[in-house]
Amino acid sequence: MKKANINLIVNGKEYKITVEPDERLLDTLRDRLHLTGVKEGCSIGECGACTVILDGKAVNSCMVYSFQIDGSEVLTVEGLETNGKLDPLQEAFIDHQAVQCGFCTPGMLMSAKALLKENPYPERTEIKTAIEGNLCRCTGYQQIVEAIESVVKNKD
Amino acid sequence: MRFSHVNKSEKRVDIYEKVTGRAKYGADIRFPNMLYAKSLHTKYPYAEIKNIDTREAEQVSGVARIITAKDIPNNGFGQQKQIQILAEKNAYYFGDAIAMVAAENPKQANKALEKIKVEYEEKEGIYDPLIAKEKDSHLIYEDLENNEMSHHTLKKGDINKGFENSDVIIEREYTTPFIEQAYLEPEVVIAVPFYDNSTVTLFGSFQNPSETQHAVAEVLKEDLNKIRIVQNHIGGSFGGKEQIMYTLAARVAVLALDTERTVRLVNNRETSIIESHKRHPYSMKYKIGATKEGKINAIKYKAITESGPYGCHTSSVTLRSIIQGTGPYEIENVKGDTYGYYTNNIYTGAMRGYGSPQVIFAQESLMDELAEELEMDPFELRKKNIFHNNSVTASGQKLDNHEVSLEEVLTKAVEKSNFIEKYEEYSAVQEGDKKKGIGLSISFRGCSLGPGDIDTAGVILSLKKDGSVNLYSGLAENGQGLKTIYSQITAEKLGIDTNKVNFMPVDTLISPDSGPTVASRGTLLGGNAINNAADNLIEKIKVYVSDKYDQDKENIYIKDGSIYGKKDIEILPVNEMANKAINDGINLSTYGWYEIPEISWDEKTGQGRPFFTYVYGCQVAEVEVDTATGEIDVLNMTAAHDVGRAINPANVKGQIYGGVSMGLGYGIMEELETNKGYIENTNFDEYMIPTVKDMPDIEPIIVENPDPNGPFGAKSIGEPTLELGAAAIANAVANATKKRIRSLPLNLEKIILGKDLHKGVDHK
Ligand code: FES
Ligand code: FES
Repeated sequence: MKKANINLIVNGKEYKITVEPDERLLDTLRDRLHLTGVKEGCSIGECGACTVILDGKAVNSCMVYSFQIDGSEVLTVEGLETNGKLDPLQEAFIDHQAVQCGFCTPGMLMSAKALLKENPYPERTEIKTAIEGNLCRCTGYQQIVEAIESVVKNKD
Repeated sequence: MRFSHVNKSEKRVDIYEKVTGRAKYGADIRFPNMLYAKSLHTKYPYAEIKNIDTREAEQVSGVARIITAKDIPNNGFGQQKQIQILAEKNAYYFGDAIAMVAAENPKQANKALEKIKVEYEEKEGIYDPLIAKEKDSHLIYEDLENNEMSHHTLKKGDINKGFENSDVIIEREYTTPFIEQAYLEPEVVIAVPFYDNSTVTLFGSFQNPSETQHAVAEVLKEDLNKIRIVQNHIGGSFGGKEQIMYTLAARVAVLALDTERTVRLVNNRETSIIESHKRHPYSMKYKIGATKEGKINAIKYKAITESGPYGCHTSSVTLRSIIQGTGPYEIENVKGDTYGYYTNNIYTGAMRGYGSPQVIFAQESLMDELAEELEMDPFELRKKNIFHNNSVTASGQKLDNHEVSLEEVLTKAVEKSNFIEKYEEYSAVQEGDKKKGIGLSISFRGCSLGPGDIDTAGVILSLKKDGSVNLYSGLAENGQGLKTIYSQITAEKLGIDTNKVNFMPVDTLISPDSGPTVASRGTLLGGNAINNAADNLIEKIKVYVSDKYDQDKENIYIKDGSIYGKKDIEILPVNEMANKAINDGINLSTYGWYEIPEISWDEKTGQGRPFFTYVYGCQVAEVEVDTATGEIDVLNMTAAHDVGRAINPANVKGQIYGGVSMGLGYGIMEELETNKGYIENTNFDEYMIPTVKDMPDIEPIIVENPDPNGPFGAKSIGEPTLELGAAAIANAVANATKKRIRSLPLNLEKIILGKDLHKGVDHK
């Protein structure tokens, strides 16, 4: 296999990148585009720290090869702010103290964001399903779930 | 007391960076021209290393340097000087590294690892402390008399008399497994050689910057002030990023100095799990005697654990176990022994709880078993025996300097969870496969380090011209919220806004050495040091303002960012004052120091005042067990904790939720499995930690009895939250199934069959 040229839109910006055949989306984002908000916790798709939104769906970026997603659109935690304004989810995480060490936070936010895009009024159990693949060792998840729920409520 | 900043759920000071992805963790820090490091680990848990041939590996393109033990100036550190930076004669456990490579990129480093040829002679290891302790067992260290790493004992009253006078005596055995801390961020070290005045500067995921500095200096045989550790954001630790970080830091530092290049090491999860120390597994024997009215007369207990080959925390962990081994009960006759033995399993170290979760699981299960024997409600039995003000602990300490709030936390948790009613309901025969149960557990916990350690902390406060304060602390943020708590305490004391406090990255060349950020001591020790530094700063401000504005010093105070004088008239805002004072050549930097009140300990008898204060907690778990499938569903948990004073209630709740989730993991799912020293589960597909779906609703109850020795009355919360859950769940499962499981985790087979198929051990 050889290197591949791909086009990606990441956080609204277009990139033409040459990637290695075994390069994961996680590597492309962190090492080439310096989007280090994307975290690596397990490298096998089990922890969710590397979650980004790929063409509208939350994915573990450690499980995606970059050459396979030519033409795709990617959103990372760095792209959540719009015009210097935090996303309501980010605000809610702050207000509910849903963060401790913060290593899971970018992935949590992206899973929650993908959920709300698809389903603006999720039930509590749907919220839990959306972040089930995001491990957090610090918070016990309660303030995270509360934060996401508050964004849903504020929509009314 | 009315507060402006403490006792309020102010925003975390580091949260904006964290929710925007801007927070730079170790692996996010980059330097130009870096080399990438990888460690080669031993093939066998215990083996003699006959020969290491790196010649072929050195030819791999991009390889800059390969080091082995002979390249390490001083290859043993730690209390016993046993921890090898790289294995020399022998590899003693499966995570021992033999060589480390630095290459231009990680792929080349990996390739080189494959080319290193190591000749081993596999040796017969010891993988069970119960074997290690036998007289005829072979020795892990031939220069030692036996494999005993530590032994603590405790004697109070007359144990034989205590049992003679008892109407009911029961004896039980309990076991707990190895546990992985499972911080989400694997270990990272970046070593920059000859940066500014330092020989080597290290960035990375350090729980304890000062201790890392000591270890690296010792290994490099370099002056302490030539080793600089800088720490800011870290992705969790829970006791885990201690010794392993010292080892990794030292290895990477050697590579950086040899190559004069910046070297970066980022562990993957498998390496992290294989080489980092774990929570101690325990085997415990308990014997308890009580009158038929439920007064406990005597407890005898013995706990056996293992240190692995490296004795780093075992002695202190088992010391906490001996002190807290009989729980928060007033018992006249006690005899306890805790032992740690060397083995060739993975080495054990600190993990949140530190010798308490194990004994609490045993002793709180035991209390329920005794209650059953006495046909008494477990709540009643506890109430009859718990500590109150002026009670005397098993180590002979009179609890006379703080509010002993055990009854309060117990009652609050019991009421909130409706324990009494539910216990009665679930104790009756339940139809169908799904059975409900409720259980509780209580604890007392000594705050901070305890016997044998220097227990002090310092901070520097430096007021700047704009009225902001730089805060330099030797104790570090680990995710628990220390930066926020310290900023709030500083703001409260100085009468300024919390966002005017700037918690500086911990830098061992500047921040006062304050010992490790462990033992739930951050708020207590650092908070008191801040109090002291702030008092000194306020004094300087008063002297300056009284002089400059012709005011009586006694009338001057600071509030809401302004300085006030006689008749509460505002003199000027803090920022203007600071600007003027600094322009007038006044020093507005102060130092604060705190040393704990006197403690004492007699190692021969286990008597003394091992801790200067304690915290108290109670947790209740309600479960539903499917007796057909063995599935345990924890329905809800209630957690009442006396924290002295909640500096930040939202943060305290966060600690409770997080601790409860770890306790739940300990109770029903987590176990690092070892097989003759090999580790079976090395990533999150096999080592399970709770997901959001595993978590029940948690009802936190914050109890506040301000402690005279705490900053604004605050004490500890990190560890108490984790130590109770497994015991409460075990009691709830027993209540539901009428079957007692005496080993953790409480798993499927144990519930259906009463035994663990996996291990072939029958604990019934
Ligand atoms: S790093 Fe991708 S799921 Fe863990
Ligand atoms: S906040 Fe630390 S892992 Fe979630």
